[in-house]
Amino acid sequence: MGAANVDKYKSNGSTAGDLLEWVDARFPLMALWNEHLAKYYAPKNFNFWYFFGSLALLVLVIQIVTGIFLVMHYKPDASLNASGVPVAFASVEYIMRDVPWGWLIRYLHSTGASAFFVVVYLHMYRGLIYGSYRKPRELVWIFGVMIFLALMGEAFMGYLLPWGQMSYWGAQVILNLFSAIPLVGNELTLWIRGDYVIGDATLNRMFSLHVIAVPLVLIGLVAAHIIALHEVGSNNPDGVEIKKKKDEHGIPLDGIPFHPYYTVKDIVGVVVFLMAFSVIVFFMPEGGGYFLEYNNFFPADPLVTPPHIAPVWYFTPYYSILRANTVNFFWIDAKLWGVIFMGLGVMIFFFLPWLDRSPVKSIRYRGPLFKGALGIFLVSFFILGYLGMLAPTPGRTLVSQICTILYFAFFLLMPIYTALDKCKPEPERVTG
Amino acid sequence: MKKLLIALLWVPLMAFAAGVELHPDKAPDRSRDNAALQNGAKLFINYCLNCHSASYFRYNRLTDIGLTEAQIKDNLLFTADKIGETMTIAMRRAEAKQWFGAAPPDLTVIARARSTVSYSGADWLYTYMRSFYRDDSRPTGWNNTVFPNVGMPHVLWELQGEQVMGADHKLSLAKPGLVKPEEFDVMVGDLVGFLTHIGEPMANFRKQLGVIVLIFLAVLFVFSYALKREYWKDIH
Repeated sequence: MGAANVDKYKSNGSTAGDLLEWVDARFPLMALWNEHLAKYYAPKNFNFWYFFGSLALLVLVIQIVTGIFLVMHYKPDASLNASGVPVAFASVEYIMRDVPWGWLIRYLHSTGASAFFVVVYLHMYRGLIYGSYRKPRELVWIFGVMIFLALMGEAFMGYLLPWGQMSYWGAQVILNLFSAIPLVGNELTLWIRGDYVIGDATLNRMFSLHVIAVPLVLIGLVAAHIIALHEVGSNNPDGVEIKKKKDEHGIPLDGIPFHPYYTVKDIVGVVVFLMAFSVIVFFMPEGGGYFLEYNNFFPADPLVTPPHIAPVWYFTPYYSILRANTVNFFWIDAKLWGVIFMGLGVMIFFFLPWLDRSPVKSIRYRGPLFKGALGIFLVSFFILGYLGMLAPTPGRTLVSQICTILYFAFFLLMPIYTALDKCKPEPERVTG
Repeated sequence: MKKLLIALLWVPLMAFAAGVELHPDKAPDRSRDNAALQNGAKLFINYCLNCHSASYFRYNRLTDIGLTEAQIKDNLLFTADKIGETMTIAMRRAEAKQWFGAAPPDLTVIARARSTVSYSGADWLYTYMRSFYRDDSRPTGWNNTVFPNVGMPHVLWELQGEQVMGADHKLSLAKPGLVKPEEFDVMVGDLVGFLTHIGEPMANFRKQLGVIVLIFLAVLFVFSYALKREYWKDIH
């Protein structure tokens, strides 16, 4: 193949030649362009739910670009300055005031964190309703769940950096969870914190992980997610495989080239998204206290525990699952059960491709059992998220326990209810 | 299953049965009133900036509220030598902690920090500054209904006068001060307006820019949608 490419190499080093051919003889530029954009055939019937993949990529770019500029001015230093304010906290306010356009870069980054979870949750929901995790897209889904996990780590570490009260005490709650692990828990927690308390060592390592390690992993996983997707082809709202019906050139009858059709369509989605995003950034950057928690405008104070420690909204469903475990049983502490269930709550998504036994993929042809189960799952997820923001009371804990059971029942009972469900027949071709 | 659904119906009721919350008075909006913000700056620098710093706020940013650099230098520059310096204080934090029980916090972003989902930080500050009352059991002789057993004395007592707590747990003015209660409320409104301003000095500009950005995006939407329609007209 290499030899054939060199034969095509016409420009021969002279400036009169074709630059594209020169490059193509040495790097598969057009091949990549065609494989992933111009000759990647996507189903023509994508609807509203299919915007969120490209939007997640957009938000990733926003976070990386704004992050690069924030790192130029932010100082991961927990020591107190002359006015008694931690240097890290003061450096964020320095960015907000003294760095030209720093306030905008910082708000884009802080709003971007929440926007990332909004689009990723909607993207995952799309996968749920149209069965995008089913064979042959299991690896697309698994890479996606790994992205979700990495994103949670990235968001948690990033939230520590402003070194406010919620940064500090949120990290205190989460890092202490490791101490619930039997035998090695306390040693492990000490190793992660780098100190006996959360302090400068913790801040510096979280900074390093937030700006280097996890972004590298994220970009690798996003590449794997997209390569796997383009290998098997995109699913669609009908959940039928467009590759089964091809024309004489081997092009799917219901497929259209991603570029230009979906690039121009996704630009519309991008503009609409940016409008909603700008409303937050320019008119309510605190997001009513949900995107930037008000308490986090108090600098971290290891001696003053806030009366109510709440994570940012995107973690609250899992925080509720953690707190719902209040009973010690099987000789295991309730706290450890909480950690186990919180972890399982995310990990269980990995098994979805093998839990679903339905003959059809899309919700359009599923029966009432799946629709009911999905509805209950959705309601319990929202209730868990809501309760995670509030201080626990016995009543709320009971509700979160019920919702935790419903959350897991959606997955664990799936092999039963999807097999029993009365599905409608799938169409031969996509229905538009 | 039915029981679970019934239990779910109870969720909103249980969730809203929250604890007792503070209901502060609504602070007046001073965000576009430069005269009031200048008065607030004067009050802040004269009454607050001895114990409290505003260490992320530079004196020359007072030009944002319509003051000239000469006015700032001549009238407001007490704790710094140069107009580009931040509003720091000379009091040592370790000593302040001994005197008041806690070192007075930096106030630059206090109006943002005191916000909650139900009320703004300005509301809290506006109510707090008007809720001091005489309490001889406290070391400073003052207590506060918004922030019980606060370490801070009533710095504006000469202006407001002395309030006392009645048997009905309501405050009343026992000794009038230099200004009438209505005038005092206006002054505290100006002071809180200034604290809100320094919490986010670019807030007005941010909103102006936001309008321009949204108009731009609206125009871009029209063109991008037309482009999409043009490309997609042969897809059926």
